[in-house]
Amino acid sequence: MKNDGKIYSISGPVVIATDLDGKMFDVVRVGNLGLVGEVIKIVGNRFTIQVYEDTSGLKPGEPVISTGKPLSVELGPGLLKSIYDGIQRPLDIIQSETGDFIVRGASAPPLDEKKEWDFQPVLKDGDEVEEGYILGTVKETDIITHKIMVPYKVNGVIKTIKAGKFKVSDTVCTIQSENKAVEVKLKQIWPVRQARKVFLKFAPEIPLITGQRVIDSFFPVAKGGTVAVPGPFGSGKTVIQHQLSKWSDADITVYVGCGERGNEMTEILTTFPELQDPKSGKPLMEKTILIANTSNMPVAAREASIYTGVTIAEYYRDMGYDVALMADSTSRWAEALREISGRLEEMPGEEGYPAYLGRRISEFYERSGNAQIIPQDKRTGSITLIGAVSPPGGDLSDPVVQNTLRVTRVFWALDASLASRRHFPSINWLNSYSLYLDSLSGWFKSNINPEWPQMHALMMGILQKESELQEIVQLVGYDSLPEKQKNVLDIAKIIREDFLQQNAFDDTDTYCSINKQYEMLMIIKTLNEMQEKSIDAGLKVTQTATLPVRMKISRMKEIKEEDFNKFYNDVIKEINNEYNNIMESVESV
Amino acid sequence: MSDIIYKSISQINGPLLFVDNVKNASYNEIVNVILDNGERVKGQVLETRNGVAVVQVFGSTTSMSPDSTGVSFTGDTFKLPVSDDMLGRIFNGFGEPIDKGPKIYSREKVDITGAAINPYSREEPSEFIETGISTIDGMNTLVMGQKLPIFSGAGLSHNRLATQIAGQAKTLNGNEKFGVVFGAIGITSEEANYFMKQFENSGALSESVIFLNLASDPSMDRIILPRVALTTAEYMAYEKDMNMLVILTDMTNYCEALREISSSREEIPGRRGYPGYMYTDLSTIYERAGKIKGRKGSITQIPILTMPGDDITNPVPDLTGYITEGQITLSRDLNRKNIYPEVDVLSSLSRLMNQGIGADHTREDHRGLADQLYASYAKGKDARALSEIVGEEALSDSDKKYLQFAEDFENKYVNQENTDRSITETLNLGWDMLSILPKEEMKKVKSAHIQKYGKWEN
Ligand SMILES: Nc1ncnc2c1ncn2[C@@H]1O[C@H](COP(=O)(O)OP(=O)(O)OP(=O)(O)O)[C@@H](O)[C@H]1O
Ligand SMILES: [Mg+2]
Repeated sequence: MKNDGKIYSISGPVVIATDLDGKMFDVVRVGNLGLVGEVIKIVGNRFTIQVYEDTSGLKPGEPVISTGKPLSVELGPGLLKSIYDGIQRPLDIIQSETGDFIVRGASAPPLDEKKEWDFQPVLKDGDEVEEGYILGTVKETDIITHKIMVPYKVNGVIKTIKAGKFKVSDTVCTIQSENKAVEVKLKQIWPVRQARKVFLKFAPEIPLITGQRVIDSFFPVAKGGTVAVPGPFGSGKTVIQHQLSKWSDADITVYVGCGERGNEMTEILTTFPELQDPKSGKPLMEKTILIANTSNMPVAAREASIYTGVTIAEYYRDMGYDVALMADSTSRWAEALREISGRLEEMPGEEGYPAYLGRRISEFYERSGNAQIIPQDKRTGSITLIGAVSPPGGDLSDPVVQNTLRVTRVFWALDASLASRRHFPSINWLNSYSLYLDSLSGWFKSNINPEWPQMHALMMGILQKESELQEIVQLVGYDSLPEKQKNVLDIAKIIREDFLQQNAFDDTDTYCSINKQYEMLMIIKTLNEMQEKSIDAGLKVTQTATLPVRMKISRMKEIKEEDFNKFYNDVIKEINNEYNNIMESVESV
Repeated sequence: MSDIIYKSISQINGPLLFVDNVKNASYNEIVNVILDNGERVKGQVLETRNGVAVVQVFGSTTSMSPDSTGVSFTGDTFKLPVSDDMLGRIFNGFGEPIDKGPKIYSREKVDITGAAINPYSREEPSEFIETGISTIDGMNTLVMGQKLPIFSGAGLSHNRLATQIAGQAKTLNGNEKFGVVFGAIGITSEEANYFMKQFENSGALSESVIFLNLASDPSMDRIILPRVALTTAEYMAYEKDMNMLVILTDMTNYCEALREISSSREEIPGRRGYPGYMYTDLSTIYERAGKIKGRKGSITQIPILTMPGDDITNPVPDLTGYITEGQITLSRDLNRKNIYPEVDVLSSLSRLMNQGIGADHTREDHRGLADQLYASYAKGKDARALSEIVGEEALSDSDKKYLQFAEDFENKYVNQENTDRSITETLNLGWDMLSILPKEEMKKVKSAHIQKYGKWEN
C-alpha cells in the first residue's frame, strides 16, 4: 500500500498536497469526495494539483491519492454520438445516474463497457504487424467504420485474432512480440497532453467544403488546415462553427464547447439528430462527438477539454478519416490557463496570461495537419482545427488573438458592425485572408472551373474598389461619380447582399453547394460585363437597374440546388437579352 | 459545527481577515465573525492553508481588530432555507427577512452556489414570451428560459423598462403569469422604492420575492445576493413548477464588489482592475437561467447593468454579452429624443429568437420581417450620417427614403410609451413601416410574405 498524501492548502481549483507518492501530471483523487485532479507542479514535498471539480468544503488534512497515470482518454468504438465533459466523463450517463445537476465526484466509464460490437478482422493469424496497422473493423455507426489499430510500440506476429462480438475491454487479438504477448482490446488509452505520432505530415491541397459561400469561394480552408475566428460577442463565431459541423464534408466532427453556453450544446443535441449529413444522408450525430465543458463548469476541466477533443480527433485521423475540430472558444481555455497560473503565483506575462501562452497555443494548432499515418500503407487522414477567439471588447491586439494568428493560416475576421446590420456571416472581406489560396487553386481549377483563380481575383477586386470609392462618395457625393464607378458600387452591392450574405437559419440558404456558388458568381460576372458594355453604349446605371432580370438575381439564393442549373441557364440568357435589347433601343434613338 | 472561537487574527486587509492556527477550515465554508460588542458578521473562507484561513467578511471590517475580534467556523458552506412562504416577502442579501414579517422556517436548505446544470439535461428554450414591447417582441424576442440583459447607462429608462416587462410578460397559450424574483444590488433607495411601487401597482408583489441590498448597505453582501436570489428562483421553478423571471439590478455594482475583493487579495488585476476570473464568476450566475427536460418550471433572467461611460467594451457589459443570450441595449441618443423605450435595435440581439418565432410560435413572416427592419434601419442610419456630411439635398432618392424610414421607425415603432402591444400589432406595424420603401429592395422577406402581409399599394 502506498502512503496517502495530505491536503496542505486549498485556493479555488488549486490544491497543494504533501507526502504524495506521485509524479508530474499524475491524475490524483483529492479529499474524501475523491475529486479528480492532476499534478501540475512539484517543489520539494509540495505537490500542486489542479482539481477538475469544485473544491468547496475540502479541508487541509484530507487524503490525496495518486492513480500513477497521466490524464488520458479512452479511445474505441462508442465515441461517436457521445457527449463528454472536459475530462471525458459521459454527461448522458452521469445525468441518468446523478440527476440534472452535476454532482461532485461523479464518475462513469467513457465508453459503454457492456455494449457488444461486431469485430471483423482484416488480418489473420501469423501475419506480421507493426504499430498502426489496421487489425480489423467495427461498424460504429451507419456512417463510420471504426478501425482497430495495433497500439504504439507494438510489433510482432499475430498469435490469435478472431471475428465475433466483443465488449470494448475484451481482447480481440494477441500479438506475439520478441519477448511478450500483447493483448489488443477494442479500446486503447492515450494521454491527452501528448500528440499521437504519425509517419509524416504533408501540405494540404484539398479544400474543406463547407457550403458557406464566403468561406468556400473567398477564404477557403484546406483539409488539415487551421483557422482563427476572432470576433466580439454576438458576431457569429458559434453560428459559423455550428454551420461547419453541420455542412462541411469532413468525415468526423469533434465539437468542443469550451467555457461557453449550456444552451448552445443543447441546440446541437436537439438539432443534429434530426439533420442529415449532406454526404451520407444519415443523421448528423453519427459523425459527431461533443465535448461540453460550459462556462459554469470547473475551469481546470475546461483547460483539459481542448486536449481531450484533439486527442479523439487524432485517433480518427489515424484511421484515415478527415476530421474537423471546432473549439469554441479558445479564449476561455486561455483564461483557464491564466486563472490556474495566477493561483500558482507564476510571473504573469501580457494581460496576466502566463508567459507560456504562445507556446501552448502553437502546440495545440500543431496537432492539425494532413498525415500519412504509417510508412507501410498509403493511409492518410487529416485534422482541420477551427478555433473561435473571443477577445475583450473585440480588440484584436489581445494576446490570445495575436498568438493564434501567428500559427493559423486562415483568418475569418468577424465584424461587429456587419453583425449589427445583420450582414451574416459577418466575415469582413477586406481584413480576412486564407493563405491556402495558392495551394488549393489546383483543386478548384480541376474540380470547379479552370478560371476559378481569375474569378476569385475579379470579385475581390470589385470589393476592394468599392471600399475606395465609398471614401470618395463621403467627400463628393454619389452623383458626381462617373458611370463606370457607379457600376462598381452596384456590382459590389450585389456581391455583398446576394452572394456573401447567407442566412444560416433559412432552409435553402443554410447550405450552398460549391457548384451553385460558382454559378452564382458567373451570373454576377456576366451582369458586370453586360452592364459595363451598356455604359460604353451610353446608358446609365439607373437605366438598367430596373431590368426584370435584376430582380431575379436578387432572389437567386432562394433557388433550390436541384433547380439551380436551369435557373442559371435562363438568367444568363436573360441578362444577355435584356441588356442587348436596351442597348439596341438607345442606339436606334 | 464547532464552538471554538479563534482569537488568532493576524492581519486585517480591506474585507479580508487572516486567521492563524486554524487546523482545518474548509474551502468556501461560512464563518461567524464576532466583534467585542457581541455583534456578529458573516464571512467566507477564500483560501485555507495548514494553519491559516483567509476569510472574506461580508459587511464591513470597521472596528474589527486582531485582539478583540473572534472567528468561529460553521463547518458548512452557505445554505439558504427555502420555502414558498418567501413569495410576497422582502429580504436582505443573505435571505433574512427585512419586512418585519416572520422568519422563514424550512427543512429544505440549499447551497447557494448551485451546481451546474448538466448540459445534457437542458431543454432548448423555445416558448415565446410576449412582453408587449415592439423592439423586443418583434426584433429581439425573449423566450422562456433565456438570459437577456439590459445594457443601459446612468439615467436611462432601464428600471421603467424592466418593471414594464415584469408587469406585461405572458406566454401566448394560457397567458401564464410569471413569478418574479427581484434582486437589487447596490441601487439607491429611491430606485428600490420605484420598483416596489410598480410591483405593488401591477399586483406582481404577491408573486414576487424581493432581495434588497441598497447603495448604503455593505458592498460585500452584493457577492452573495444574486446567488441567494437564484437559489430561491430555482426552488420555485424546479420544486414548485413556476416560471420565474429573475431581475438583477445593477450587475455593475456586483462586478465592482468583486473587483474590491480581488484587489484586497492583491491578485493580478485584469482589464480595468477587474479580476481575470470575472467571466467564470459571472457565468455561475447567468448560466443558472434555463429550462430542464421533464420539469415544468423555468428561469428567465433579465439582468440590468449600467455601462460605465456608456462604453459597451467595458468589461462588465463585455463579459456579460459573452455569456448571455443576447442583450437589449438602450441608447442615449433616442432617450434625448424622448423616445421610450429607447432601445437601440442595431446593437441589441436575442440569440434564442429563432427558436421562439415563426409559424409554430408567432407568425411565419416574423424572421424575415425582423431582418428587413434591421437592414433598412441600418441603411437609414447610414443615410442620416451621410446627410450630416453632405446635406440632405445631396442624398440619392433612395437614401432619402431610407432617411424617412429611420425617422418613422424611431417615432412610431420604437417609441410606444406605456402601451402593451400584442405580437400581431407589432408585426403589422413593422410592415406599415416598410411600406414607404421600394418593394424590390425587400430582399430579406419572402416574396410570398410580401404578397400576404405587405402594405404596398399593388
Ligand atoms: N450566418 C448567420 N445567419 C443568420 N444569423 C446569424 C448568422 N451568424 C450569426 N447570426 C446571428 O448572430 C447571433 C450571434 O451569433 P453567435 O452566437 O454565433 O455569436 P458569437 O460570436 O458566438 O458570440 P459569443 O462570443 O458571445 O459566443 C446569432 O444568434 C444569430 O442571430
Ligand atoms: Mg459563441
